[in-house]
Amino acid sequence: MTAKRKPEGTGRRFVKVCHILDQHNRNPARLVPILQAVQEEYRYLPQEVLTYVATALGVSPARVYGVATFYAHFTILPKGKHLVRLCDGTACHVKESVPILRALQKRLGVDEQKRLGVDDRRKTTEDMLFTVETVACLGACGLAPVVVIDDQVYGQQSPESAVKLVEALITQEAQ
Amino acid sequence: MSAQSLPHPNGNNGHTAQRRVIVCAGTGCVASGAYKVFQALVDQVRAAGLPVITEFRPEHEADAVRLNKSGCQGFCQMGPLVTVLPENLLYNKVRVEDVAAIVAETLVAGRLVERLLYVDSTTKKRCRGVEEIPFYQRQQRFVLRSCGTIDPESIDEYVHQGGYAAAKKAYVQMTPEQICQEITRSGLRGRGGGGFPTGRKWEAARSQPEGKKYVICNADEGDPGAFMNRSVMEGNPHSVLEGLMIAARAIGADETLIYVRTEYPLAVQRMRSAVKDAEARGFLGDNAFGTGRPLRCEVMEGAGAFVCGEETAMIASIEGQRGMPRPKPPFPAQSGLWGKPTIINNVETLAHAVRIVNEGAEQFRTLGTAASPGTKTFALTGHVANTGLVEVPFGATLREVVFDIGGGITDRRGKVTRDGFKAVQIGGPSGGCLTRDHLDLPLDYDSLRGAGAMVGSGGLVAMNSKTCMVSSARFFMDFTQRESCGKCVLCREGTRQMLALLDDIIEGRATAGTLELLQKLASAVQKGSLCGLGKTAPNPVLSTLRHFREEYDAHVFHKHCPTGQCKALAKPSIDPAKCKGCTACAKKCPVNAITGERKQAHTINQALCIKCGVCVDTCKLDAVIGV
Ligand SMILES: Cc1cc2nc3c(=O)[nH]c(=O)nc-3n(C[C@H](O)[C@H](O)[C@H](O)COP(=O)(O)O)c2cc1C
Ligand code: SF4
Ligand code: SF4
Ligand code: FES
Ligand code: FES
Repeated sequence: MTAKRKPEGTGRRFVKVCHILDQHNRNPARLVPILQAVQEEYRYLPQEVLTYVATALGVSPARVYGVATFYAHFTILPKGKHLVRLCDGTACHVKESVPILRALQKRLGVDEQKRLGVDDRRKTTEDMLFTVETVACLGACGLAPVVVIDDQVYGQQSPESAVKLVEALITQEAQ
Repeated sequence: MSAQSLPHPNGNNGHTAQRRVIVCAGTGCVASGAYKVFQALVDQVRAAGLPVITEFRPEHEADAVRLNKSGCQGFCQMGPLVTVLPENLLYNKVRVEDVAAIVAETLVAGRLVERLLYVDSTTKKRCRGVEEIPFYQRQQRFVLRSCGTIDPESIDEYVHQGGYAAAKKAYVQMTPEQICQEITRSGLRGRGGGGFPTGRKWEAARSQPEGKKYVICNADEGDPGAFMNRSVMEGNPHSVLEGLMIAARAIGADETLIYVRTEYPLAVQRMRSAVKDAEARGFLGDNAFGTGRPLRCEVMEGAGAFVCGEETAMIASIEGQRGMPRPKPPFPAQSGLWGKPTIINNVETLAHAVRIVNEGAEQFRTLGTAASPGTKTFALTGHVANTGLVEVPFGATLREVVFDIGGGITDRRGKVTRDGFKAVQIGGPSGGCLTRDHLDLPLDYDSLRGAGAMVGSGGLVAMNSKTCMVSSARFFMDFTQRESCGKCVLCREGTRQMLALLDDIIEGRATAGTLELLQKLASAVQKGSLCGLGKTAPNPVLSTLRHFREEYDAHVFHKHCPTGQCKALAKPSIDPAKCKGCTACAKKCPVNAITGERKQAHTINQALCIKCGVCVDTCKLDAVIGV
């Protein structure tokens, strides 16, 4: 229903969402895997998609929004083209991951303010090329401290080596 | 290169030894380039004219080389690891450029490539393989036994090694009562944190009226800095699935679910393919093991919430809700997923159940202590020479784990130091710290609880003398504070306030009242929280307060951090006895706070210093102190 009222461009977007919903039999119990699949598709959870999912599943938008904002894996804001995740699990923390985070934030001009609960936007660069986040352990603790860039894991990093990785991407993007 | 000849692989007792090369392809080794090494091996072995086999075969031609990938072998720091059988050599830190030597020297000429062998940090001895490496030698690997040899993507190999015999036995020969009794007699306790007797839990669900029941495998592994469960799922996924099947049979469930942490993509992939292969074999499906009983399994990914490791929160998450715990009772064994009897067990618990059904409760009890039988896997990380997965019988001492297996404590440059040991944090954000006084404490559920710590999931973080215990407590508080689901006021607000108090201490704003308030809040949060997250959140603070009170006092009353880690309190100074006046630090200082004549001891102008710590990193003589 909602889909019909939407303009062309967005309407086509919902085709994929419909497909995902059908794969899960439009079962509200499957909300978490549905949102995972949607995020896989769009790289974030756009608000109109959340509303559409709620309508299709016959649950309130608040319920969907509640789930989408509860889990750290979900994001309701678009992320940068490259996702830089720094591990700040215990093993990486004791091997001095924080200076790496600071160095990356400084190089990219972003600031992780998650602890204060303000403005997720500041994790992403203005040109939408990079998002810098921390995660609590990627299970590669033997290689601490660990940086993951676009799903590629880099172990035993230092502030200098991590900045170099990012710089290589910046050069690549400039070309 | 000095090459030592190896006995001919086919020389031992007339039996044709199978030539096999195993490349570790767990998360750690893959990050270090294991896939490239594997591909190079395939190409170059072929180019050397040797037949290459990449799938499982029970027997193969003597001149052929079977190449396979394994799961994590627990020694990721030294990865990528390459094992050569039958000699059982272990080559470490293998790069693509080293593959030529492995093929030409070892596989063709039967010689060692010495430079790729592990060198023991204490004895400086080169070790040929796991039998000679102290890190492995002193472990007793049961759950991890096949991780590292078996091809995790081959159900054939698992079955060939006797896999699924226990599940079959449970389905065909044993009654649910018998299984529960056997598990109860084994004394198996949950490896996921609480240490609850598994047999009792299963029995509680079994004795519920027949009907829909569920078994969930808790593979959420939320403790940051621990990766035992990931390794088992990546290295031997069928052992987890088989344990899950046994649990299902024991309570009469026909649906099972594995809830895996989303940060573990490889584990998710391996578990999914294990389920698919088990379905194809008829172990799962409408007719499990030909008994006519249905048995299904689904793999679900978590979405990044630590609290979902808690049983009732996990159930809410599976039902498509926010992962918030609810009060117990009713326990999940009575009313769990969709209101039906449900048991939730940790990955490692389930893997142990397989062996118990196979070998019997008595055999299981031969290891470990009377009250904590069997082995436990710990993820040893932090300031130790050998970080990695360590499986030891319960009752092993901290000294054995940290020094004999871990190879001792390292300083910030990674060198082993003699007196560097300060503490270990055990049990993650719910646990506590153990000190020098606990080095000979047996690691088991009850002694650890007595010492104010806990086994938890098995995270063991070693900390050297340069680690500030207040900062360490703050780190865990920051974690729990972020992960609180927000349902209980005392957990949600209390942890946040405790974090603020710790920040006051670390940043020099604290007074005597701060410590008192911290203690009071800690006990309020413990009492007023619904689930384990809130109940145990104050533990790291309480246990550091108990064992390192003087360090808190130094921060609060003297505005001094004894380890120099707390930047706001730092007063960097140069030890004139150590400083040789090399001027290195003065050149690097961003604000020119360091002055002194060449070859004369330098000094720091406190009024200018911004406490950046550059000078400490620069000085090769460790003459700058207090940062
Ligand atoms: C906040 C919190 C997080 C938990 N995280 C995990 C976890 O990651 N893995 C796990 O197996 N158990 C975890 N548990 C313990 C489980 O609730 C449960 O006790 C356990 O899975 C039971 O399995 P077991 O008896 O085999 O240990 C957690 C508990 C709490 C309170
Ligand atoms: S104790 Fe904390 S995490 Fe647990 S239910 Fe309460 S608020 Fe949520
Ligand atoms: S800590 Fe930084 S600012 Fe202070 S003296 Fe050392 S280098 Fe200079
Ligand atoms: S703590 Fe960083 S990977 Fe585990
Ligand atoms: S991934 Fe290879 S040893 Fe852990």
